[in-house]
Amino acid sequence: MIYLDNAATSYPKPKKVGQAMLYFLEKIGASPGRSGHRLSLKAGRIVYQTRESLAQLFDVDDPLRIIFTLNVTEALNLALKGLLRPGDQVITSSLEHNSVMRPLRELQKEGVEVEVIPCSPQGDLDPADVKKAVKKNSKLIVLNHGSNVIGNLLPISAVGKISRDHGLLFLVDVAQTAGCYPLDLKKDNLDLLAFTGHKALFGPPGTGGLVLGERVEIRKLKPLKSGGTGSQSESEEQPDFLPDIYESGTPNTVGLSGLKEGLRFVLQKGAEKIHGYEFELTQRLIAGLKDIPGVIVYGGEGNKDRIAVVSFNIKDQLPSEVGLRLEEEYKIMCRVGLHCSPAAHKTIGTFPGGTVRFSMSWFNTFKEIDEAILAVSNIARRHKRGRG
Amino acid sequence: MKGSYGVVIFYSTSAALRAESLAKRENLKIKLIPVPRHLSSDCGVCLRFESEERATLQKILQEGKVEYKDICNL
Repeated sequence: MIYLDNAATSYPKPKKVGQAMLYFLEKIGASPGRSGHRLSLKAGRIVYQTRESLAQLFDVDDPLRIIFTLNVTEALNLALKGLLRPGDQVITSSLEHNSVMRPLRELQKEGVEVEVIPCSPQGDLDPADVKKAVKKNSKLIVLNHGSNVIGNLLPISAVGKISRDHGLLFLVDVAQTAGCYPLDLKKDNLDLLAFTGHKALFGPPGTGGLVLGERVEIRKLKPLKSGGTGSQSESEEQPDFLPDIYESGTPNTVGLSGLKEGLRFVLQKGAEKIHGYEFELTQRLIAGLKDIPGVIVYGGEGNKDRIAVVSFNIKDQLPSEVGLRLEEEYKIMCRVGLHCSPAAHKTIGTFPGGTVRFSMSWFNTFKEIDEAILAVSNIARRHKRGRG
Repeated sequence: MKGSYGVVIFYSTSAALRAESLAKRENLKIKLIPVPRHLSSDCGVCLRFESEERATLQKILQEGKVEYKDICNL
């Protein structure tokens, strides 16, 4: 079996991830932040230490400015719905995932102005176009860092500078880059980071969060939900301090136990090293795919810096058919179709058919890449002959 | 003051855990304990410290920008 669907959920995970989750269930179990007993404190420490590891990874001074959510979708919803009000303008790109596009379209109906900056068919975003879109009522710029469809990187450093120059907040969706690409919150002027635990951070599904940079004012970010926090229990009003204001209800302690170990793995290796290895895998894959007659690889040139996500099609074959044959004949797991990103597929010209997507992680090998290339080559060749 | 204790009361358990982590790094003799009922109606925990380490702890909390509600003697 070859797993090439890491952009959806990474698999396998480092061994300790599952072990820590089982340990939590069997030996700790309790609710964090609710009671003063030993087990509750142990649970609380695990949640807190996960925050500390994330603070280390993202270079955040105060771990309490990291809010846990169910996944990156919830983090993006919290940021977008919490910050934007009717009459505000928000700037985004045509390469976004529906986790950004759908909340924005919902907000648009409530009177938020949504400006979508078109990217080139190669996925390039010109920062000058972002600058031109800034208006008096602009509040926020939201961009994904690495595309979940074609794997290119958006110019967050340049856009961060624009957002700072114009006094806007900058929200970055790091679903595909957190853990496998170096990030510098401060240098790149990023105000909010929405991340998920279950991709390159090697945590389980059900973990994610939102990092609040120092420029984000708590009173201006409305919580998505309210409820029990274990704090200020005498009051029926939501607390106004971090992280409780945004974290109501019992958290996913089992999941966070796993994420903590995933983060330990990432911090030990280092995002730079992980990226370096994945980049090599990706270069090899792209070169191999491009050599196959009838295969179209989408996105920019292969030697540009990028993440380990590659979209392609075989001429005259439906992505769904290619995906089925990859699994049935070669035991290769990948993802076909639109990848929850209709805007991105319209941008690269593959809407509504979509593409076949291979996405790698630290745990893939060069041998697997070579086998995948050979499989695609066989599928492309045999199809032609069949028609002949 | 030897042998006497004080406690720091926080708004949230997360802040108490952050304080614990920072104080442990400096090897202070602290412990998270349930908040004594006569001190606060909040559920959760507070950080007990040895009175002679009070000034050091306060400095750590200040430098780490950890918000707390109160410091009292036990």
